[in-house]
Amino acid sequence: MVPGSGDGDGQGATVAFSGPMVVSSLGPIDASLRAVEGPVAAVDLAAVDEIDTVGAWIVWRFSRRLGARIVNASTNAQRLIDAVHKADANREDVSAPRPPLVERVPLVVGQVTLGLLAGSVAVISFLGEIILAIGGTIRHPRRFRIKSVVHQMELVGITSLPIIGLMSFLIGIVVAQQGAVQLRQFGAEIYTVNLVGRLTLRELGVLMTAIMVAGRSGSAFAAQLGTMKLTEEVDAMRTIGVSPVEALVLPRLLAAVFMMILLGAYSSAVTIVGGAVLSSLTLGIPFFTFLSRIQEVVPTHDLWVGLAKAPVFGLIVAMSGCYQGMQVKSNAEEVGLRTTSAVVMAIFMVIVLDAFFAVFFTKIGWG
Amino acid sequence: MSGGHDLGHVAGELHDAAKRYAGEYPIRVRGLKNVFGDHAVHEGLDLDVRRGEILGVVGGSGTGKSVLMRSIIGLQRPSAGEIELFGHPLGDALVDGDIDIRSRWGVLFQGGALFSTLTVAENVEVPLKEFYPEISDELRHEIARYKVLLSGLPAEATSKYPSELSGGMKKRAGLARALALDPELLFLDEPTAGLDPIGAAAFDALIDELQETLSLTVFLITHDLDTLYEICDRVAVIADKKVIAVGTIPELLALDHPWIQEYFNGPRGRAAKDSRKRFDAVRAARAAQDAVDKSAGGGA
Repeated sequence: MVPGSGDGDGQGATVAFSGPMVVSSLGPIDASLRAVEGPVAAVDLAAVDEIDTVGAWIVWRFSRRLGARIVNASTNAQRLIDAVHKADANREDVSAPRPPLVERVPLVVGQVTLGLLAGSVAVISFLGEIILAIGGTIRHPRRFRIKSVVHQMELVGITSLPIIGLMSFLIGIVVAQQGAVQLRQFGAEIYTVNLVGRLTLRELGVLMTAIMVAGRSGSAFAAQLGTMKLTEEVDAMRTIGVSPVEALVLPRLLAAVFMMILLGAYSSAVTIVGGAVLSSLTLGIPFFTFLSRIQEVVPTHDLWVGLAKAPVFGLIVAMSGCYQGMQVKSNAEEVGLRTTSAVVMAIFMVIVLDAFFAVFFTKIGWG
Repeated sequence: MSGGHDLGHVAGELHDAAKRYAGEYPIRVRGLKNVFGDHAVHEGLDLDVRRGEILGVVGGSGTGKSVLMRSIIGLQRPSAGEIELFGHPLGDALVDGDIDIRSRWGVLFQGGALFSTLTVAENVEVPLKEFYPEISDELRHEIARYKVLLSGLPAEATSKYPSELSGGMKKRAGLARALALDPELLFLDEPTAGLDPIGAAAFDALIDELQETLSLTVFLITHDLDTLYEICDRVAVIADKKVIAVGTIPELLALDHPWIQEYFNGPRGRAAKDSRKRFDAVRAARAAQDAVDKSAGGGA
C-alpha cells in the first residue's frame, strides 16, 4: 500500500492509497499514518486493488481522525468500511485505568491477606467436609466405594513400587558408603550397620517415601480433581446426589494412608538391603551378617516410630492434593498452580511434622 | 499534506501479499479414509467446497462430521485419501511457509476453545502476533477490539476472561479469534449448538453477514435445521462413511434417500422451512434499512 499526496480543493490535501491494503502489508505503515497531521480533505481509494477489514479499519480511522472524506471506494471497500464503522459505533473505553502505585501496593497486600484468611477458612471447611463424609460413610456403609479405594491403592502403591524401590536401594548404598567413610576414621566401620538400620527405619524410609508419594500421587490428585472441577464433573456429581468428598476424596485419603504404611516398610527394607549389598562389596561385612546385625542393634521401637509416622504423612499428602484440586475454579493455568502448591505444601508439612515427631519420640524415651 | 509530507518512502518493503485464492474449489477432498482401530469412519469420501459459499455439513451423530473437519485442517491424519486446500495438497500446505495456510483459515471449535488464561481481546491478538509481529501494539489492540465488536460482543467483553463468559459469548469470542486474520476459509463446528433460539438466529445472521462482507468460504458443521435453511448455500450429507449428496435443500429433497427425507421432512425440518421465509423477510428489511441509512448518511 502506498499513500501518496496531492493537492486538494483548497481545504486540504487528498491522500491516495494504492496497492493491496491487507493485514500482511499494513504493519509498517501504521505509525507513519498516525503521525500525519491535517488538513486532509479526502482519502482516495481508487488505486487500492485489494482490501480487508484491517485496511478498512486503517482507512476509516485515518479519515475519522482528520475529518476527511473517503472517495472512490470500491463496493467491497465501502462494505468493509461500513462494517468496521458499525462495530466502532460503541466507542467507550473498556479497560479500567491502572491505579497509581500508592493505591496498588495496599490493594495487593489486602488481597493477599484476604486470600490467606479465605484459605484458612477453606482448609477448615474442607476438613469439616471430610469428617462429615467419614460420618456419612460410617452410617451408610453401602456408600463406601471399595472399588475406588482399591483402584487408588493400585495407583498410589503398586505402580510406585519400582521407583520407590530403586530410590531406596540407592539411598541405602549412599548412606552405607558415606557412613563407612566417616566411621573408618575411628576404626568403627562395623557401626555402619547401626547407622543404616536406625536411620532408615526411624527417618529416611518413611520420609523419602512421603516425598516421592507427594510428587507422584499428591500432584496427580490435585491435577485430576482440578480438571474434574473445570469440566464440571464435580458439579454433575453433586446434582446426581453423589458427594464428591465421599466419592473422590475419601478413597484417595484411605489409599494414601494405607499405602504409605506399606510403602514406608517396603522402602526401609530395600534401603537396608542396599546398605547390606554395599557393605558386602566394599566393607567385607557379609550380606546375611549385616542383616542379622540389624536385628541385634536396631530396637523394635525404631520400627514403630517409622510406621507411626507413615499414615500421618500419607494423610497430609493426600489431603493437600485433594484440597488444592477441589479449590480450582477458573482455568487451566490454575490447575498447574494448584498442583504445584499441593506438592510444595505436602512436602513442607511432612518435613515440619517429621521434626516434631523426632523431638516427641525422643522425649517419650524411644530415642 | 500541504506541508509537503511525502509518504511515498514510508511504505517500506511491501509484501507481495499472496493474492486471494481465485480457483473454484478452495477445499477438495478425494477418497478420504479415516480408520479408528478397526472401525472405519470415512471410506472413499469426496467433497468439493466452492469458493464463496456457505456449505452446511450434516449427518447423524457419529458419522464423522467433526473428524472430516479435523482431517481438512490437519489435526487428524487420514489413513488414505487426498485433501487439497487452495489448490495445494494439504501435506505441503501445512509445512510450506509460502502458502501460509494457517493465516488463511479460521477455525471455531465447538466449545470456543478460547485460551483460558487470556482475555477475549488477547485471544484475538494471538494469531495477529503470531503471523504479523510487525504490527504495532496499538494497531493490534484496535484490530482485536473491532473484531470483538464485529462478532457481536459488547465492548466490555474484550477485557473479560473466558471463564466469565456465557456459552454463547464464548462462541462469539471464538468467532472473533477465527476472523482475526481476515481468513478466506472459515470452519465452524456446530456454531449454534447450545445457544438459545434468539441467540442462534442472531449468530446465523452474523455469519451470513460476515460471509457476505468478507467474501468468506464457510465450512459449517451443524445439526441446526434453521441454520441450514437460513444461511447455507449448499448442504453436504454424510452417511454410510461418505458424502452421499451435496446440493441445495430443494435438490436434496428431490433425492430418494430415507435418511435425507426423514431429516428434512421430520417435524423439525418442516418448522425450519417455515422459518426460512421469516428470515428472508428480516434480511430484506435489513437491506432496506441499510439503503435508507446510506442515503441519509449522504456518503459521509
